[in-house]
Amino acid sequence: MNESGTSVLTQRIPRPTSGAPRPYSFPRFERAGLPNGLKLVIAPISKLPIVTITILIEAGAVCDSPGRYGLAQLTAKLLLEGSTSSDGTAITDRFERLGASIEAHADWDVAAVTVTTLTERLRDSFELLGEVLRAPAFNEREVERLKNERLAELLQLRAEPRGLADEMFSRFLYESSSRYARADGGDEVSVRSLTRDAVVAFYGKRYSPNGMTMVIAGDVQPREVERLAGEVLGDWRGSVVVAPSVSDEAARRSRAVHIVSKSDAPQSELRIGHVGLPRRHPDYFPAMIMNAVLGGLFSSRINLNLREAHGYTYGASSYFDWRRQRGPWVVATAVASEVTHSAAQEVLREIERVRTSPITPDELSLATSYLDGVFPIRFETTSAIAGALTTLVVYDLPDDWYDEYRERVRAVTTGDVLTAAERHLHPEALQMVVVGNAAAVRDHIEAMDFGPLKVYDVEGRPT
Amino acid sequence: MRIPIETFRLPNGLFVTLSEDHTAPIVAVNLWYHVGSANEREGRTGFAHLFEHMLFQGSADVGANEHFELIQRAGGTLNGSTWLDRTNYFETVPSNHLELALWLEANRMGWLLPAMTQQKLDTQRDVVKNERRWSVDNQPYGTWWERLPALAFPEEHPFHHSLIGSMSDLDAASLEDIKHFFATYYTPDNAVLSVAGDFDRAEIRSLINKYFGPIPAGNGRPPLPDMALPTTFGGWKRVVVEDDVMLPRLFLAFRSPVFGTKPYYAASICSAILGLRKGSRLYRRLVRERQVAAEAQAFTYDLVKGSDLLVIDVTGRPGLSPEALEREVAHEVDLLVRDGVTDEEVARAIALVQTEFIAAMQSAGDRADRLSLYATYFKNPELVNEQVQQYEAVTAADVNDIVRDRLGEDNRASLLYVPKEEGTEAPTSSAEIAAGIGSEAQ
Repeated sequence: MNESGTSVLTQRIPRPTSGAPRPYSFPRFERAGLPNGLKLVIAPISKLPIVTITILIEAGAVCDSPGRYGLAQLTAKLLLEGSTSSDGTAITDRFERLGASIEAHADWDVAAVTVTTLTERLRDSFELLGEVLRAPAFNEREVERLKNERLAELLQLRAEPRGLADEMFSRFLYESSSRYARADGGDEVSVRSLTRDAVVAFYGKRYSPNGMTMVIAGDVQPREVERLAGEVLGDWRGSVVVAPSVSDEAARRSRAVHIVSKSDAPQSELRIGHVGLPRRHPDYFPAMIMNAVLGGLFSSRINLNLREAHGYTYGASSYFDWRRQRGPWVVATAVASEVTHSAAQEVLREIERVRTSPITPDELSLATSYLDGVFPIRFETTSAIAGALTTLVVYDLPDDWYDEYRERVRAVTTGDVLTAAERHLHPEALQMVVVGNAAAVRDHIEAMDFGPLKVYDVEGRPT
Repeated sequence: MRIPIETFRLPNGLFVTLSEDHTAPIVAVNLWYHVGSANEREGRTGFAHLFEHMLFQGSADVGANEHFELIQRAGGTLNGSTWLDRTNYFETVPSNHLELALWLEANRMGWLLPAMTQQKLDTQRDVVKNERRWSVDNQPYGTWWERLPALAFPEEHPFHHSLIGSMSDLDAASLEDIKHFFATYYTPDNAVLSVAGDFDRAEIRSLINKYFGPIPAGNGRPPLPDMALPTTFGGWKRVVVEDDVMLPRLFLAFRSPVFGTKPYYAASICSAILGLRKGSRLYRRLVRERQVAAEAQAFTYDLVKGSDLLVIDVTGRPGLSPEALEREVAHEVDLLVRDGVTDEEVARAIALVQTEFIAAMQSAGDRADRLSLYATYFKNPELVNEQVQQYEAVTAADVNDIVRDRLGEDNRASLLYVPKEEGTEAPTSSAEIAAGIGSEAQ
């Protein structure tokens, strides 16, 4: 603080102390099921007349067979593009006239259809949901259109440094036979190879009530939801569907630099990381808190170092990309070309520091008291609560997960964090990806002696 | 649904709105200062936003970045944002930390300057330059943020210049500017404080008075130049920008009625009919049926002075020429002008707006922000509760009035992004073609 300024005001008030928090618990929810195997997770919340429904299907991108990358995502999106009785325009229209927003997509682990609607329009929304889930038409025209949209997206990615850096990081990180090494939505070659027949077959195999979960959060009566689900989906039959597992092996055991050249880029998109942890890992809490201190919070070491001490960037962060299997752990930032190597050096220094000496009690308490205190703020909306319940379902976490959460956060010690950093950060295996001006950054990065360096074009071909 | 609202004003002019809700033990504190990029002086583009960064660099009793740390330690979320005509600062905290949030906001409203140093300014200048590179210069189409207002507002108009600012103007910003801007605009009588959520009704007023009461009123902010504009552009202004992009993208803007007026709601419904979600006209026609566009949307800027803008934003499919993109979009707008909208289209838009409003009101932070918005612009936060009814009252005839008056060829400004030819390194500025039009009244 600078004491040189003088204020005309004298009545400065000392910093207040805070009382005890009012109690809060995660919303109660109950489980139910239909005879056909469909599971229900229902959280009645009466705050406002609104409901979020998410249907989870064991049909994520990990289900794509080799060479057919993008099939899971294409299938999920096609659900909203027409049923056997209504075309895509009519389906959209019917949802939107209810004021309902609907999304369908496939992430790595599951496909999901999510609707948020006013309570008074719940029954209509259920009927429409039943229709899109059970009777998709997969019209040839819509299949081709969505393939073309994905191809347009891929084309645009070449000029979009942020997305390109994320994509390239995964590609260089995982062994090439891993599904995780390919974009979840598929690449140019795989997307072109997708056909209506492949979509129909994928849907037939993976979209079964016997493996689906319907999560409902909002202003509902559980018995009414059960009844509506039974009416709309009860007579649907299908065999048991189980998710496959994929390789999550790294491509390399040692460090390497991968520069993706964009000659006139005014900034470098920088990614540094390695293969992380699966979501259901016994060290989840210490690892998460270690990451919060290192790069997960605004006041984290990496952000304060790169942004506030050096002014290298608008922001820098690190995160675990949690999946059922080992997703990436990565530090992400964007910095001016001329300081790319300096920023990378600071990131390496911070990774080393958190592995070799304990974080301070002050740093620990910042992270734990944040995660503890922010807990009720995370669950203000029906869609946030449905999202939290989705996490329970997808990762098969116990029902008391959120009741135990805050206590488990508070129980983490500086020793636990150090152990987590030693065990789960692997400086020797770090991969660095730079999307930027190769000519401007290359020599400096080579001089860091980080590891072998290769330069690629925006499509990932070595140059 | 209605949210409860109370309003009062401190003797120093601070306008306060309160909205109680005890469903969760959390509370949102939200401050709007009635200052934005429109208030910047010549040669200081980007200053209002740079100043917002400086507000996180500490005040008399708060160290640099300590504001962030104290709020996060309390389990709160926080941020700030700068817009053309306002700057806001907000945090949502567990309700037992309400006083901390009030104290932090009051400390920087009253006692910012003792903490300002050249070094802090220099660092934040670098951070903001990197923000500019990240969000504008190194993003495909990223310059639309500054090019569209530059095209839609005449040069002398306060909304014309760049919000994020030019690198040279950022370089020019000094500590003296900080002192002057703070004294002029960061005063209680130029601010609105909203508190929404779990607070104690019996003590909230005295708490606010305790923390904000000692801060003296300002001297009144200098008036902005006349913001009034003709209701139309008076022609079709065109700018073509070559950029490092793969697909052409068209921003087509129309001058439209300012936010909060009755015709504004009709214009807002018009933009929803054109481009809100997949059931909208542009999405249905250009993405689904004709398959010439990769993405299509429309929105309004929601400006309260001068003129609002209704903007159509369409990205072409691979293979579609920029000229064809403009033709396709214009054709849809012309059809709308010729045939008008239907009752069903209006009903769809209203239904979506209703759900969005209730979804937003779930969050204490969103509630507080809307209260501040209506208090800042209209001195009447109760307007929050009238918004949905205003939308519900819109008829097809109202929308057709807007379509007829505002969507014609005499009221268009287009910004067309064109993929740069391989090998050409012409700077974008020389590739601009400002196609002449008749009368720009300013």
